[in-house]
Amino acid sequence: MEAYLSLFVKAVFVENIALAFFLGMCTFLAVSKRVSTAFGLGVAVIVVQVITVPLNNLVYRHLLREEALAAIGLGGVDLTFVGLISYIGVIAASVQILEMFLDKYVPSLYNALGIFLPLITVNCAILGGSLFMVERDYGFGESVVYGLGSGLGWALAIVALAGIREKMRYSDVPHGLRGLGITFMTVGLMAMAFMAFSGIQL
Amino acid sequence: MGKARDTLLRPVFDENPIALQILGICSALAVTSKMETAVVMSLAVIFVTTFSNGAVSLIRKHIPTNIRIIVQMTIIASLVIVVDQGLRAYAFDISKQLSVFVGLIITNCIVMGRAEAFAMKESVGASMLDGMGNGIGYGLILLVVAVLRELFGSGRFFGVEIFRLANVGGWYEPNGLMLLPPSAFFIIGGFIWVLRSFKTEQIEEA
Repeated sequence: MEAYLSLFVKAVFVENIALAFFLGMCTFLAVSKRVSTAFGLGVAVIVVQVITVPLNNLVYRHLLREEALAAIGLGGVDLTFVGLISYIGVIAASVQILEMFLDKYVPSLYNALGIFLPLITVNCAILGGSLFMVERDYGFGESVVYGLGSGLGWALAIVALAGIREKMRYSDVPHGLRGLGITFMTVGLMAMAFMAFSGIQL
Repeated sequence: MGKARDTLLRPVFDENPIALQILGICSALAVTSKMETAVVMSLAVIFVTTFSNGAVSLIRKHIPTNIRIIVQMTIIASLVIVVDQGLRAYAFDISKQLSVFVGLIITNCIVMGRAEAFAMKESVGASMLDGMGNGIGYGLILLVVAVLRELFGSGRFFGVEIFRLANVGGWYEPNGLMLLPPSAFFIIGGFIWVLRSFKTEQIEEA
Protein backbone atom coordinates (compact mmCIF):
# COMPACT_ATOMS: atom_id res chain seq x y z
CA MET A 1 0.00 0.00 0.00
CA GLU A 2 2.80 2.37 0.93
CA ALA A 3 4.53 1.69 -2.38
CA TYR A 4 1.37 2.59 -4.27
CA LEU A 5 0.94 5.78 -2.28
CA SER A 6 4.49 6.88 -2.94
CA LEU A 7 4.11 6.07 -6.66
CA PHE A 8 0.94 8.17 -6.73
CA VAL A 9 2.50 11.21 -5.06
CA LYS A 10 5.53 10.87 -7.31
CA ALA A 11 3.38 10.75 -10.45
CA VAL A 12 1.35 13.79 -9.42
CA PHE A 13 4.08 16.11 -8.16
CA VAL A 14 7.68 14.99 -8.56
CA GLU A 15 7.34 13.58 -12.07
CA ASN A 16 4.47 15.77 -13.18
CA ILE A 17 3.85 14.68 -16.74
CA ALA A 18 3.21 18.23 -17.99
CA LEU A 19 5.78 20.25 -16.09
CA ALA A 20 8.62 17.76 -15.67
CA PHE A 21 8.37 15.81 -18.94
CA PHE A 22 6.54 18.40 -21.07
CA LEU A 23 4.02 15.97 -22.50
CA GLY A 24 0.70 17.10 -23.89
CA MET A 25 2.11 20.59 -24.43
CA CYS A 26 0.14 21.43 -27.57
CA THR A 27 -3.23 21.13 -25.86
CA PHE A 28 -1.69 22.42 -22.63
CA LEU A 29 -0.89 25.75 -24.27
CA ALA A 30 -3.85 25.92 -26.63
CA VAL A 31 -6.72 25.08 -24.27
CA SER A 32 -5.59 26.96 -21.16
CA LYS A 33 -7.21 30.32 -21.83
CA ARG A 34 -10.10 29.77 -19.41
CA VAL A 35 -10.29 27.81 -16.15
CA SER A 36 -13.64 26.17 -16.95
CA THR A 37 -12.52 24.64 -20.26
CA ALA A 38 -9.15 23.70 -18.79
CA PHE A 39 -10.96 21.88 -15.98
CA GLY A 40 -13.14 19.94 -18.45
CA LEU A 41 -10.13 18.86 -20.46
CA GLY A 42 -8.26 17.94 -17.27
CA VAL A 43 -11.07 15.62 -16.15
CA ALA A 44 -11.21 14.03 -19.61
CA VAL A 45 -7.46 13.35 -19.48
CA ILE A 46 -7.75 11.73 -16.03
CA VAL A 47 -10.57 9.44 -17.21
CA VAL A 48 -8.80 8.39 -20.40
CA GLN A 49 -5.47 7.91 -18.63
CA VAL A 50 -7.03 5.67 -15.95
CA ILE A 51 -8.56 3.50 -18.68
CA THR A 52 -5.76 3.32 -21.25
CA VAL A 53 -2.63 2.87 -19.13
CA PRO A 54 -3.90 -0.35 -17.45
CA LEU A 55 -5.31 -1.60 -20.79
CA ASN A 56 -1.99 -1.08 -22.51
CA ASN A 57 -0.34 -2.75 -19.55
CA LEU A 58 -2.43 -5.86 -20.19
CA VAL A 59 -1.68 -5.72 -23.94
CA TYR A 60 2.02 -5.40 -23.26
CA ARG A 61 2.28 -8.10 -20.60
CA HIS A 62 0.02 -10.71 -22.16
CA LEU A 63 0.46 -10.20 -25.91
CA LEU A 64 3.58 -8.32 -26.87
CA ARG A 65 6.28 -9.14 -24.33
CA GLU A 66 8.85 -11.76 -25.20
CA GLU A 67 7.56 -15.25 -24.31
CA ALA A 68 4.09 -13.78 -23.57
CA LEU A 69 2.53 -16.06 -26.18
CA ALA A 70 4.40 -19.20 -25.05
CA ALA A 71 1.20 -20.61 -23.52
CA ILE A 72 -0.45 -20.97 -26.93
CA GLY A 73 2.61 -22.55 -28.51
CA LEU A 74 4.29 -19.43 -29.85
CA GLY A 75 7.36 -19.43 -27.63
CA GLY A 76 10.24 -17.22 -28.70
CA VAL A 77 7.99 -14.67 -30.39
CA ASP A 78 8.87 -11.11 -29.41
CA LEU A 79 6.28 -8.63 -30.62
CA THR A 80 7.52 -5.54 -28.77
CA PHE A 81 8.31 -3.83 -32.08
CA VAL A 82 4.61 -3.46 -32.92
CA GLY A 83 4.14 -1.87 -29.49
CA LEU A 84 3.73 1.72 -30.68
CA ILE A 85 1.00 0.93 -33.16
CA SER A 86 -0.85 -1.30 -30.66
CA TYR A 87 -0.81 1.31 -27.90
CA ILE A 88 -2.09 4.08 -30.15
CA GLY A 89 -4.73 1.70 -31.49
CA VAL A 90 -5.88 0.86 -27.97
CA ILE A 91 -5.99 4.56 -27.08
CA ALA A 92 -7.92 5.57 -30.21
CA ALA A 93 -10.39 2.71 -29.74
CA SER A 94 -11.01 3.38 -26.05
CA VAL A 95 -11.53 7.09 -26.65
CA GLN A 96 -14.03 6.26 -29.38
CA ILE A 97 -15.90 3.74 -27.20
CA LEU A 98 -15.90 6.12 -24.24
CA GLU A 99 -17.36 8.84 -26.45
CA MET A 100 -20.15 6.56 -27.71
CA PHE A 101 -20.84 5.25 -24.19
CA LEU A 102 -21.11 8.74 -22.70
CA ASP A 103 -23.31 9.90 -25.59
CA LYS A 104 -25.78 7.09 -24.94
CA TYR A 105 -25.85 6.77 -21.15
CA VAL A 106 -24.52 9.98 -19.58
CA PRO A 107 -25.49 12.79 -21.97
CA SER A 108 -24.78 15.56 -19.46
CA LEU A 109 -21.17 14.44 -19.08
CA TYR A 110 -20.94 13.95 -22.85
CA ASN A 111 -21.95 17.57 -23.40
CA ALA A 112 -19.32 18.74 -20.97
CA LEU A 113 -16.43 16.57 -22.20
CA GLY A 114 -17.56 15.82 -25.76
CA ILE A 115 -15.44 18.31 -27.65
CA PHE A 116 -12.29 17.36 -25.77
CA LEU A 117 -12.40 13.62 -26.30
CA PRO A 118 -11.28 13.58 -29.97
CA LEU A 119 -8.40 15.92 -29.05
CA ILE A 120 -7.18 13.45 -26.50
CA THR A 121 -6.24 10.71 -28.97
CA VAL A 122 -3.40 12.87 -30.23
CA ASN A 123 -2.41 14.19 -26.81
CA CYS A 124 1.12 13.02 -26.12
CA ALA A 125 0.45 12.85 -22.38
CA ILE A 126 -1.76 9.81 -22.97
CA LEU A 127 0.64 7.90 -25.22
CA GLY A 128 3.54 9.10 -23.06
CA GLY A 129 1.91 7.63 -19.96
CA SER A 130 1.65 4.24 -21.65
CA LEU A 131 5.22 4.38 -22.96
CA PHE A 132 6.62 5.29 -19.52
CA MET A 133 4.60 2.43 -18.05
CA VAL A 134 6.25 0.00 -20.49
CA GLU A 135 9.72 1.48 -20.04
CA ARG A 136 9.52 1.27 -16.23
CA ASP A 137 7.96 -2.18 -16.31
CA TYR A 138 5.02 -1.45 -14.01
CA GLY A 139 2.72 -4.27 -12.87
CA PHE A 140 -1.06 -4.07 -13.32
CA GLY A 141 -1.77 -2.48 -9.91
CA GLU A 142 1.01 0.03 -10.35
CA SER A 143 -0.23 0.96 -13.80
CA VAL A 144 -3.69 1.82 -12.44
CA VAL A 145 -2.11 4.05 -9.79
CA TYR A 146 0.30 5.58 -12.28
CA GLY A 147 -2.51 6.31 -14.76
CA LEU A 148 -4.54 8.07 -12.08
CA GLY A 149 -1.56 9.98 -10.72
CA SER A 150 -0.20 11.17 -14.05
CA GLY A 151 -3.66 12.21 -15.26
CA LEU A 152 -4.30 14.13 -12.05
CA GLY A 153 -0.91 15.84 -12.27
CA TRP A 154 -1.62 16.97 -15.82
CA ALA A 155 -5.07 18.26 -14.86
CA LEU A 156 -3.60 20.14 -11.90
CA ALA A 157 -0.99 21.80 -14.10
CA ILE A 158 -3.42 22.93 -16.81
CA VAL A 159 -5.93 24.34 -14.32
CA ALA A 160 -3.13 26.24 -12.56
CA LEU A 161 -1.87 27.66 -15.86
CA ALA A 162 -5.38 28.69 -16.92
CA GLY A 163 -5.80 30.49 -13.58
CA ILE A 164 -2.58 32.43 -14.14
CA ARG A 165 -3.52 33.29 -17.74
CA GLU A 166 -6.91 34.61 -16.67
CA LYS A 167 -5.23 36.98 -14.21
CA MET A 168 -2.64 37.96 -16.77
CA ARG A 169 -5.24 39.61 -18.96
CA TYR A 170 -4.83 42.71 -16.80
CA SER A 171 -1.07 42.94 -17.17
CA ASP A 172 0.85 45.03 -19.68
CA VAL A 173 2.88 42.57 -21.75
CA PRO A 174 5.36 43.76 -24.46
CA HIS A 175 3.75 43.57 -27.90
CA GLY A 176 5.80 40.78 -29.46
CA LEU A 177 5.36 38.60 -26.40
CA ARG A 178 1.55 38.82 -26.24
CA GLY A 179 -0.28 35.54 -26.36
CA LEU A 180 2.01 32.63 -27.05
CA GLY A 181 5.34 34.17 -26.01
CA ILE A 182 4.36 35.13 -22.49
CA THR A 183 2.59 31.80 -22.03
CA PHE A 184 5.87 30.02 -22.71
CA MET A 185 7.62 32.16 -20.11
CA THR A 186 4.86 31.50 -17.57
CA VAL A 187 5.07 27.75 -18.10
CA GLY A 188 8.85 27.97 -17.70
CA LEU A 189 8.44 29.65 -14.31
CA MET A 190 5.82 27.08 -13.28
CA ALA A 191 8.14 24.27 -14.27
CA MET A 192 10.89 25.77 -12.14
CA ALA A 193 8.50 25.94 -9.20
CA PHE A 194 7.61 22.29 -9.68
CA MET A 195 11.29 21.38 -9.72
CA ALA A 196 11.30 22.14 -6.02
CA PHE A 197 9.56 18.79 -5.60
CA SER A 198 12.35 16.90 -7.34
CA GLY A 199 14.46 16.51 -4.21
CA ILE A 200 11.69 14.79 -2.29
CA GLN A 201 12.41 11.17 -1.45
CA LEU A 202 9.47 8.98 -0.64
CA MET B 1 9.19 26.10 -59.69
CA GLY B 2 8.34 29.18 -57.64
CA LYS B 3 5.30 27.45 -56.18
CA ALA B 4 7.29 24.40 -55.13
CA ARG B 5 9.88 26.56 -53.39
CA ASP B 6 7.11 28.47 -51.70
CA THR B 7 5.51 25.26 -50.45
CA LEU B 8 8.85 24.14 -49.03
CA LEU B 9 9.96 27.40 -47.45
CA ARG B 10 6.77 28.96 -46.17
CA PRO B 11 6.44 26.63 -43.16
CA VAL B 12 10.06 27.33 -42.21
CA PHE B 13 9.70 31.07 -41.57
CA ASP B 14 6.24 32.46 -42.20
CA GLU B 15 4.15 29.67 -40.76
CA ASN B 16 6.60 27.97 -38.48
CA PRO B 17 4.84 25.03 -36.82
CA ILE B 18 6.30 25.67 -33.38
CA ALA B 19 6.45 29.47 -33.19
CA LEU B 20 3.12 30.24 -34.81
CA GLN B 21 0.90 27.21 -34.84
CA ILE B 22 1.90 25.86 -31.39
CA LEU B 23 2.26 22.36 -32.77
CA GLY B 24 4.63 19.64 -31.71
CA ILE B 25 6.14 21.35 -28.73
CA CYS B 26 6.28 18.38 -26.37
CA SER B 27 9.32 16.76 -27.87
CA ALA B 28 10.95 20.08 -28.75
CA LEU B 29 11.64 20.75 -25.09
CA ALA B 30 12.81 17.43 -23.82
CA VAL B 31 15.47 16.55 -26.41
CA THR B 32 17.25 19.88 -26.79
CA SER B 33 19.81 19.84 -23.99
CA LYS B 34 22.39 18.44 -26.44
CA MET B 35 23.03 18.98 -30.16
CA GLU B 36 23.37 15.29 -30.92
CA THR B 37 19.88 14.30 -29.77
CA ALA B 38 18.33 17.42 -31.31
CA VAL B 39 19.83 16.65 -34.74
CA VAL B 40 18.71 13.02 -34.67
CA MET B 41 15.23 14.02 -33.52
CA SER B 42 14.94 16.65 -36.28
CA LEU B 43 15.98 14.16 -38.95
CA ALA B 44 13.49 11.62 -37.61
CA VAL B 45 10.66 14.16 -37.72
CA ILE B 46 11.58 15.37 -41.23
CA PHE B 47 11.58 11.76 -42.44
CA VAL B 48 8.22 10.99 -40.85
CA THR B 49 6.42 14.18 -41.98
CA THR B 50 7.72 13.88 -45.55
CA PHE B 51 6.71 10.28 -46.08
CA SER B 52 3.48 10.35 -44.06
CA ASN B 53 2.32 13.35 -46.09
CA GLY B 54 3.31 11.55 -49.28
CA ALA B 55 1.55 8.33 -48.32
CA VAL B 56 -1.62 10.04 -47.12
CA SER B 57 -1.76 12.12 -50.29
CA LEU B 58 -1.26 9.02 -52.44
CA ILE B 59 -4.35 7.31 -51.04
CA ARG B 60 -6.38 10.45 -50.24
CA LYS B 61 -9.08 9.63 -52.77
CA HIS B 62 -9.62 6.15 -51.31
CA ILE B 63 -9.84 7.03 -47.61
CA PRO B 64 -13.44 7.13 -46.33
CA THR B 65 -13.84 10.40 -44.39
CA ASN B 66 -15.28 8.72 -41.28
CA ILE B 67 -12.18 6.70 -40.54
CA ARG B 68 -9.52 9.00 -41.97
CA ILE B 69 -7.98 9.77 -38.57
CA ILE B 70 -7.28 6.14 -37.83
CA VAL B 71 -5.91 5.54 -41.34
CA GLN B 72 -3.54 8.50 -40.97
CA MET B 73 -2.58 7.31 -37.51
CA THR B 74 -1.72 3.85 -38.82
CA ILE B 75 0.49 5.26 -41.59
CA ILE B 76 2.28 7.56 -39.15
CA ALA B 77 2.72 4.86 -36.52
CA SER B 78 4.22 2.47 -39.08
CA LEU B 79 6.74 5.10 -40.21
CA VAL B 80 7.67 5.87 -36.61
CA ILE B 81 8.24 2.17 -35.95
CA VAL B 82 10.63 2.10 -38.92
CA VAL B 83 12.55 5.07 -37.50
CA ASP B 84 12.58 3.60 -33.99
CA GLN B 85 13.86 0.22 -35.13
CA GLY B 86 16.47 1.91 -37.36
CA LEU B 87 17.77 3.97 -34.46
CA ARG B 88 17.89 0.96 -32.19
CA ALA B 89 19.91 -0.96 -34.75
CA TYR B 90 22.41 1.71 -35.80
CA ALA B 91 22.52 4.31 -33.00
CA PHE B 92 21.60 2.50 -29.82
CA ASP B 93 23.07 5.08 -27.42
CA ILE B 94 21.08 7.93 -28.93
CA SER B 95 17.97 5.81 -29.05
CA LYS B 96 18.36 5.22 -25.30
CA GLN B 97 18.78 8.94 -24.64
CA LEU B 98 15.72 9.83 -26.69
CA SER B 99 13.79 7.13 -24.76
CA VAL B 100 10.05 7.53 -25.28
CA PHE B 101 10.29 10.65 -27.41
CA VAL B 102 10.82 8.79 -30.68
CA GLY B 103 7.56 6.97 -30.07
CA LEU B 104 5.89 10.25 -29.26
CA ILE B 105 6.45 11.48 -32.83
CA ILE B 106 3.20 9.59 -33.50
CA THR B 107 1.27 12.09 -31.43
CA ASN B 108 3.34 15.03 -32.61
CA CYS B 109 0.61 17.33 -33.84
CA ILE B 110 2.74 18.59 -36.75
CA VAL B 111 2.59 15.21 -38.48
CA MET B 112 -1.13 14.72 -37.90
CA GLY B 113 -1.91 18.37 -38.59
CA ARG B 114 -0.17 18.46 -41.95
CA ALA B 115 -1.68 15.14 -43.04
CA GLU B 116 -5.12 16.48 -42.20
CA ALA B 117 -4.72 20.06 -43.44
CA PHE B 118 -2.54 19.63 -46.52
CA ALA B 119 -2.03 16.05 -47.70
CA MET B 120 -5.75 15.24 -47.83
CA LYS B 121 -6.20 17.90 -50.52
CA GLU B 122 -2.99 18.29 -52.52
CA SER B 123 -0.90 16.21 -54.94
CA VAL B 124 1.79 13.79 -53.79
CA GLY B 125 4.77 15.98 -54.75
CA ALA B 126 3.43 19.12 -53.13
CA SER B 127 2.48 17.19 -49.99
CA MET B 128 5.95 15.73 -49.62
CA LEU B 129 7.50 19.20 -50.01
CA ASP B 130 5.08 20.62 -47.45
CA GLY B 131 5.90 17.81 -45.05
CA MET B 132 9.60 18.39 -45.53
CA GLY B 133 9.19 22.14 -45.03
CA ASN B 134 7.32 21.66 -41.78
CA GLY B 135 9.88 19.13 -40.61
CA ILE B 136 12.65 21.62 -41.36
CA GLY B 137 10.79 24.44 -39.61
CA TYR B 138 10.50 22.23 -36.54
CA GLY B 139 14.15 21.15 -36.79
CA LEU B 140 15.34 24.75 -37.13
CA ILE B 141 13.85 25.77 -33.78
CA LEU B 142 15.10 22.58 -32.18
CA LEU B 143 18.64 23.33 -33.36
CA VAL B 144 18.58 26.99 -32.25
CA VAL B 145 17.43 25.94 -28.79
CA ALA B 146 19.94 23.10 -28.61
CA VAL B 147 22.91 25.30 -29.66
CA LEU B 148 22.10 27.83 -26.94
CA ARG B 149 21.48 25.22 -24.28
CA GLU B 150 24.55 23.13 -24.97
CA LEU B 151 26.89 26.09 -25.45
CA PHE B 152 25.88 28.01 -22.34
CA GLY B 153 24.92 25.02 -20.22
CA SER B 154 28.04 22.93 -20.64
CA GLY B 155 30.36 25.02 -22.86
CA ARG B 156 30.27 22.46 -25.63
CA PHE B 157 29.11 22.14 -29.21
CA PHE B 158 28.40 18.60 -30.47
CA GLY B 159 30.30 17.40 -27.40
CA VAL B 160 33.44 19.35 -28.41
CA GLU B 161 34.69 21.81 -25.83
CA ILE B 162 34.32 25.47 -26.85
CA PHE B 163 34.44 27.32 -23.55
CA ARG B 164 36.85 25.83 -21.04
CA LEU B 165 34.91 25.27 -17.82
CA ALA B 166 35.96 26.86 -14.55
CA ASN B 167 36.11 23.56 -12.67
CA VAL B 168 38.82 22.20 -15.00
CA GLY B 169 40.94 25.36 -14.87
CA GLY B 170 39.22 27.41 -17.59
CA TRP B 171 37.32 30.68 -17.36
CA TYR B 172 33.72 29.77 -18.11
CA GLU B 173 31.30 29.25 -15.24
CA PRO B 174 28.52 27.10 -16.78
CA ASN B 175 24.94 28.25 -16.44
CA GLY B 176 23.26 25.26 -14.85
CA LEU B 177 19.77 26.55 -15.61
CA MET B 178 20.40 25.94 -19.31
CA LEU B 179 20.66 22.20 -18.71
CA LEU B 180 17.32 22.11 -16.92
CA PRO B 181 14.14 21.73 -18.96
CA PRO B 182 12.50 25.09 -18.02
CA SER B 183 15.22 26.97 -19.92
CA ALA B 184 13.78 25.62 -23.18
CA PHE B 185 10.56 27.50 -22.47
CA PHE B 186 12.40 30.78 -21.93
CA ILE B 187 14.44 30.31 -25.12
CA ILE B 188 11.40 29.48 -27.26
CA GLY B 189 9.47 32.36 -25.67
CA GLY B 190 12.35 34.69 -26.53
CA PHE B 191 12.59 33.25 -30.04
CA ILE B 192 8.90 34.00 -30.60
CA TRP B 193 9.48 37.53 -29.32
CA VAL B 194 12.32 38.13 -31.79
CA LEU B 195 10.39 36.56 -34.68
CA ARG B 196 7.31 38.64 -34.01
CA SER B 197 9.28 41.84 -33.67
CA PHE B 198 10.22 41.38 -37.33
CA LYS B 199 6.96 39.88 -38.51
CA THR B 200 4.50 42.08 -36.70
CA GLU B 201 1.48 40.57 -38.47
CA GLN B 202 1.95 37.44 -36.33
CA ILE B 203 1.20 39.27 -33.07
CA GLU B 204 -2.03 38.05 -31.47
CA GLU B 205 -4.47 40.28 -29.71
CA ALA B 206 -4.28 39.25 -26.08
